[in-house]
Amino acid sequence: MTATVDVVEAIRVKRPTGSFRHDLRAVRVVWQREMIRFTRDRLRIITSLIQPVLFLFVLGTGLSTITTGSTHNVNLRTFMYPGALAMAVLFTAMFSAASIVWDREFGFLREMLVAPVSRWSIVLGKCLGGATTASLQGVIILALAGVVGVPYSLSMMVTVFGELLLLAFTLTAFGVMTAARITQFQAFMALNQMLLMPLFFLSGALFPLGNLPGWLQVLTRIDPLTYAVDPVRRTIFAHLHASPAMMARLNPGVTWGSYRVSTALELLIVAAMGIAMLGVGIWSFKSAD
Amino acid sequence: MNAAVAVRDLTKRYGDLTAVDHVSFDVAAGEIFGFLGPNGAGKSTTIKMLCTLAEPSDGTATVAGYDVRQEQGAVRRNIGLVFQDPTLDQYLTADQNLRMHAELYGVPRAELKDRMTQVLEMVGLADRRSALVSTYSGGMRRRLEIARGMLHAPRVLFLDEPTVGLDPQTRSSIWSYINDLRKREDITIFLTTHYMDEAEYCDRIAIMDHGRIVVLDTPEALKAGVGEDRVQITTVDDDAAIAALQEQFGITGRFAEGQLTFSVPSGEQFVPRLFAELGVAIKSVSVSRPSLDDVFMAHTGTTIRDAETVGNRELMRMFGARRRL
Repeated sequence: MTATVDVVEAIRVKRPTGSFRHDLRAVRVVWQREMIRFTRDRLRIITSLIQPVLFLFVLGTGLSTITTGSTHNVNLRTFMYPGALAMAVLFTAMFSAASIVWDREFGFLREMLVAPVSRWSIVLGKCLGGATTASLQGVIILALAGVVGVPYSLSMMVTVFGELLLLAFTLTAFGVMTAARITQFQAFMALNQMLLMPLFFLSGALFPLGNLPGWLQVLTRIDPLTYAVDPVRRTIFAHLHASPAMMARLNPGVTWGSYRVSTALELLIVAAMGIAMLGVGIWSFKSAD
Repeated sequence: MNAAVAVRDLTKRYGDLTAVDHVSFDVAAGEIFGFLGPNGAGKSTTIKMLCTLAEPSDGTATVAGYDVRQEQGAVRRNIGLVFQDPTLDQYLTADQNLRMHAELYGVPRAELKDRMTQVLEMVGLADRRSALVSTYSGGMRRRLEIARGMLHAPRVLFLDEPTVGLDPQTRSSIWSYINDLRKREDITIFLTTHYMDEAEYCDRIAIMDHGRIVVLDTPEALKAGVGEDRVQITTVDDDAAIAALQEQFGITGRFAEGQLTFSVPSGEQFVPRLFAELGVAIKSVSVSRPSLDDVFMAHTGTTIRDAETVGNRELMRMFGARRRL
């Protein structure tokens, strides 16, 4: 067991002083780890597709039997398609954030937090990783466009992908911010369950936000997810052929009083929330020594 | 900057519990320095402060010449850490775990490949480097953690209970790796243990109890300082035996690990007299040369195993007081 030691000259490794470039390396490697784990976990890729596919094809097809008369040539599935995209991103992003809680329980979080890098690089890497995996998940649903009557247009696909990426980043930032505070896996998942469904239902993913009763109107405008689903729907509907009346009914946009919120402002809202929550997340991990 | 670790009056309080109480010591460069003591003695808390994972309540400490409060980044770059609890990513391979660590510690890419092979060979895992860590045994994981702790060529390697929970054979193999390491690399090793036999491997030992260092010296000097043999007996009437010991021989015995225990200069010669003159029937007797156990007992008045049962209770209290990271 005790080996005789032939003295080998150890390779002297230069210890770099802390620098911004070093922090960027940390961002990259934390991101890479998310990617490795994502591609390795095929089961997770499939399970997170089940819900959006269920909503799109089962609920969408089922309900269309009562709505065909009123939606004319636009299928209900086509209408719900942006919602299904948002949903795929929603679940994957939350799952990525949950891995922080998971890492804490299995000790790996500590390996990252004791490293001589800035905390922001760990948190940012995690958020970017979650954003990438979640939008890749969205791409799978995006590939189903033809099945629900949405044309395969490159410019549309690219724009939608960008919008999903932004949404995924904000959602992961939210999850990471929460994970900094909630240290138990069960509690984290319970909180998610409690939040995700209301967010999803109120986001306009399943019904147009046009002629709603007052109370529901207010709730849908408060839901942050609303401002991520609407740009996706606008992008997709711009590539559909439907009568102006049908457009007005199915793609009314988000209104504040009489003001129709512009796509740019919607995306700005989502981005601002993402950055703010990222900031809180970084701050939480900094003070959690 | 000659001492690898220099500690002055280091103190850590959790509420009204003082986990580490004005501890001072120096560790020379190149030394294997051991912290010995029961669970809850303050060993891990001291290590945490030295690794910048816990803020000292009082006192100062420098590691590799850097202040643990003022220069956290520099301290972290110059130390390697192996914790009691595993911190590997089981869903990655050994290689991927090392690469991740190298990036986090900013190891230059040009040197990385050779260095990874070197540390993996050092702990005998080079042939399993592409396997997922989840397929590793407990001993292999610990070896990988030690390799990872060495990857960025730290000046001081902290090993917190490096062999806890491992079987005796794996423990001794881990120790042979640690010894190799010291010979191959220009490194100081700072470890904690509550295994007495492991403390023998250290150049110097600090015995810690109730947050204080009770004694600090080489294992040989510590044992020589105790000098006497330890005799442990069980009798039909221990109370009577204690009284008889005092009366017949002028020896004060005490109970440790359920046995009547006392020290005499020459155990083998004393035992026949004991049987003849004690006057209480003896059921069993054992004589042992001074070990670190006796050193511990001489300085703290209890054996390390008995101290553990009390220490565990304190540990529970500490866990109640803090619960983060």
